[in-house]
Amino acid sequence: MTTTIIKTTTRLLAPLILVFGSYIILHGHLTPGGGFQGGAVFASGLILLIVANVRDKVQELFEKTPLTQLESLGALGFLGIGLLGLMSYTFLKNAIANSGFLFGGTTPQGINPGYLNTGGTLSYLNIFVGTKVLAGLTSIILIFFLILRRERDEW
Amino acid sequence: MRKALGLFAFLAFVLFLFAAAISLRPFGEPPHAEMDSYFIEHAQEEASANNVVTSVVFDYRGFDTLGEATVLFTAVSGVLMALRHYGGKEK
Repeated sequence: MTTTIIKTTTRLLAPLILVFGSYIILHGHLTPGGGFQGGAVFASGLILLIVANVRDKVQELFEKTPLTQLESLGALGFLGIGLLGLMSYTFLKNAIANSGFLFGGTTPQGINPGYLNTGGTLSYLNIFVGTKVLAGLTSIILIFFLILRRERDEW
Repeated sequence: MRKALGLFAFLAFVLFLFAAAISLRPFGEPPHAEMDSYFIEHAQEEASANNVVTSVVFDYRGFDTLGEATVLFTAVSGVLMALRHYGGKEK
């Protein structure tokens, strides 16, 4: 499926999709979306990059990419943030909110434009879940792609 | 006989559905709204997030999200474990 149309479309669209996915992950505590949704969008951008290239290119590109390590990092980070809440009150307690740490700003009550430096543990959990989802979905599609393109390179 | 029975069952089910639709609560007035009101009023101050849905998903019910993430993790590791040998380098 590596036709000129798909290659050109990917060249134009993939950076936009990746930026949009990062935006959804980072603004998970302000706008609709969050870690799962943003990770799926980011993974779809990476999948577009995978299916628009020939097998050797993809293998060369993703050989050094630590996808499984990123997946494990997401899971362990989620658990670590959860244990951070255990220090103050209960498991997954929002310990960073209103503490002045990174992402620990105070949200004004009522209607406000939304400030990125708020959210407490929500932002960290969004980032970790996003990392996990994008690595997981991308590695699933990558392994299917590598199996399917094993015999013939050009479809 | 079978047809008549089926028609009777169908009509009874339709009547039941109509009765249920008539006795439905008016739109936008759920029977138990205390917890919703609590989330809407306290999410900005407790979870410090404008997005109340995210504060429910990741803070008030974070354990549920941990389970969801574990499901995804299990699925990915299962697929990779089962198919790892087929996806490697060409011989």
